Amino acid sequence: MKKIMSGNEAIARGAWEAGCTFAAAYPGTPSTEILENIAQYEEIYSEWSPNEKVAVEVACGASIAGARALCAMKHVGLNVAADPLFTIAYEGANGGLVIISADDPGMHSSQNEQDNRLYAPHAKVAMIEPSDSQECKDYIKYAFEISEKYDTPILFRITTRIAHSKGVVELSEREEVGFRDYEKNVKKYVMIPGNARIKHVEVEERLKNLKELSNNTPLNRIEWGDKKIGIVTSGVSYQYAKEVFGDNASYLKIGFSYPLPDELIRNFAEEVEKLYVIEENEPYLENYIKSMGIDCVGKEIIPICGELNPDIIREAFYGNQKRELYNLDVKVPSRPPVLCPGCPHRGIFYAVSKYKDIVATGDIGCYTLGMMPPLNVTDTVICMGAGISAAIGFEKVYKMANRRGKIFGFVGDSTFFHSGITGLIDAVYNQSPIVAVILDNRITAMTGHQENPGTGKTIKGEITQVIDILSIVKAIGIKEENIRVVDPYDLKATEEAVKDAYNSSEPFVIITKQPCALIKEVQKKRSGKYLVINQEKCKKCKVCLRTGCPAISIRNNNIVIDKNMCNACTVCQQVCKFDAIEKGGNF
Amino acid sequence: MVKNILFVGVGGQGIILASKVLTEGLLKYGYDVKMSEVHGMAQRGGSVTTQVRFGDKVYSPLIGEGEADVVVSFEKVEAVRWINYLKKDGKLIVNDYEIYSLPVLIGKEEYPNNIEEELEKSGIEYKLFNASKIAEDVGNIKTQNMVILGALVKSLGLEELDWDGVIKDVLPEKLVEINTKAFKIGLSI
Ligand SMILES: Cc1ncc(C[n+]2csc(CCOP(=O)(O)OP(=O)(O)O)c2C)c(N)n1
Ligand code: SF4
Ligand code: SF4
Repeated sequence: MKKIMSGNEAIARGAWEAGCTFAAAYPGTPSTEILENIAQYEEIYSEWSPNEKVAVEVACGASIAGARALCAMKHVGLNVAADPLFTIAYEGANGGLVIISADDPGMHSSQNEQDNRLYAPHAKVAMIEPSDSQECKDYIKYAFEISEKYDTPILFRITTRIAHSKGVVELSEREEVGFRDYEKNVKKYVMIPGNARIKHVEVEERLKNLKELSNNTPLNRIEWGDKKIGIVTSGVSYQYAKEVFGDNASYLKIGFSYPLPDELIRNFAEEVEKLYVIEENEPYLENYIKSMGIDCVGKEIIPICGELNPDIIREAFYGNQKRELYNLDVKVPSRPPVLCPGCPHRGIFYAVSKYKDIVATGDIGCYTLGMMPPLNVTDTVICMGAGISAAIGFEKVYKMANRRGKIFGFVGDSTFFHSGITGLIDAVYNQSPIVAVILDNRITAMTGHQENPGTGKTIKGEITQVIDILSIVKAIGIKEENIRVVDPYDLKATEEAVKDAYNSSEPFVIITKQPCALIKEVQKKRSGKYLVINQEKCKKCKVCLRTGCPAISIRNNNIVIDKNMCNACTVCQQVCKFDAIEKGGNF
Repeated sequence: MVKNILFVGVGGQGIILASKVLTEGLLKYGYDVKMSEVHGMAQRGGSVTTQVRFGDKVYSPLIGEGEADVVVSFEKVEAVRWINYLKKDGKLIVNDYEIYSLPVLIGKEEYPNNIEEELEKSGIEYKLFNASKIAEDVGNIKTQNMVILGALVKSLGLEELDWDGVIKDVLPEKLVEINTKAFKIGLSI
């Protein structure tokens, strides 16, 4: 049977067909749908882990115990999980172990553009790269086999265009492989220095065997065409190259990309007139080929920054090939992403925006948008967790430099569980009077509404224990009198909390509690309710526009609320000094 | 021969579902199909695109500038934002529906009022109609994507396929009837 599938769906299907029984992940674009799809297969235990390090570790445990196990994350997630990656490389796999890294060239929704292919040689694990949905499915099955046969974890590397592009996939049935036996083997699974020294030698040996495989695997293949141009490529770049050159070039398509196939590369290079490397971001293949003493052209003409596409390649080879384009004489307004109408993050940012000497170290999530006008609150965003920990560094320096100001650190609920907790421990341990604001919207919203340890549900929708943020905060040692739990829709209470926090000289926590406005039950509860602006009372002071709610606009010189968009959070009503905003619908 | 369709609009307008129905239909036709979508900040009111390519054999999932045979815009100004993707003599389908972005809402930028005028001048072959209004009349504004899809299917000349069947396969049962109705109206535009 044929089906149209995204790369992520195809990976899930492939894992299922391969008899995989265990999958763990922390969400992150463009990887999220892998686990969302896997969770739909009954045969596979699936979990959202609190972060990527935990996801990789539980998968390691599952593999050693004998299951075919998989874990998935976005590229920056692998940084968080790098520690277990480098050591599981020594221990190897029992049941097949596949670690998926979804990179994001072009940074469609990421904070950096790192190329995780570089992890494979660094961690000394085999790497596989599919170039379309069919290969996603086929290669994942192959990955499990190779992992078991060669006793190695596999780094399975995809990119946004592989993960989120759909293509035709031929489906097969599931093959039950059961569980391999586990036998205690401390030399293999306990990495004390004495064992690790032996293991490192074995790993080097394993890499030699894998190189042999790399020269012979069908994943690395030559497609002969015109031999004037020889192209070494992998992943989606292969598709772009085929699109541009068709049969007018020969291709060495790399699907097994660590260790690289020396012999194959050499043979290919000898046959073609000129050798090119087409790859996104880092010159991973190019540097390797050059290190073999083979001349090739790559980043001289293909950009390092951003994602590729056929036009960029065409231009690199043939110069400017611009087609005739339409252009209308219309001034197009920008359309930046914004916090939704009724977003629970709005109230707290609005309250904080009134203080000019608050520095806000932000974090990643919907609330990153607290940086946007008209709120303009956030000062820094680095990585998940840094919302709290960067605040501590700021606070210490502000004190040493005798600067005025108060440091507020922002994290979401999912981010708090991911890596915010340790930062808060630091604030208490090293007595940093920062204000940690934990924005508990009861969901991992940014990545498309995944459950997390605070929501009371698992990835499969089963009811589970709620991990209570307030209890954690108390247990860490934030004093009772320095904690405020507020409803961010209650602007007065929120402003009070911000004021108390601002004046405190000890570590302080504000927890804002209100579910994301896009959660289905929330939408249901508020449907038919909205606010209206009484035009007779409205003095056009525009203070309500400062909340940045996209349901409020100026039309024909009147300030109005779009009742279809309004989520009835009442924040705008509370900022209006003239009582001009009134309840409408079935409020 | 590969045909390129670019869908553009604003998060929440049902673009992804429309392109899904289209690609399922094309697969039934026996075409090789690729579709690429960009998720991410889309949900928060940003502009959204999906790209569909079909033919005997499709390699790249991406459409380049000046390569789209049809640009399908679910929102009026988005049609202009993406017009550089339209092939010379390609077709443009535009939902005559305005969604203001935040800078427009708060009066920092303006929503242009000369779009129709400029489209006329450009010589582009376009269809401009209010799919949102049609969908509301059908009974649910969310079916605007099927109205627009119907119009696209017509302009591609792919009417003879069993689209009702495809819609039935892709959508939840209780939404099939209303969406089929919306699609039929689109086919007549
Ligand atoms: C290490 C790492 N993993 C995953 C991501 C992707 N990501 C960005 S924001 C986010 C979740 C944010 O959830 P939460 O903190 O609850 O904030 P919300 O979006 O709900 O406001 C995730 C998973 C990332 N940027 N970095
Ligand atoms: S999805 Fe939820 S948390 Fe994110 S901006 Fe919208 S309302 Fe806020
Ligand atoms: S009540 Fe006001 S602030 Fe809240 S969603 Fe409606 S218009 Fe926006």
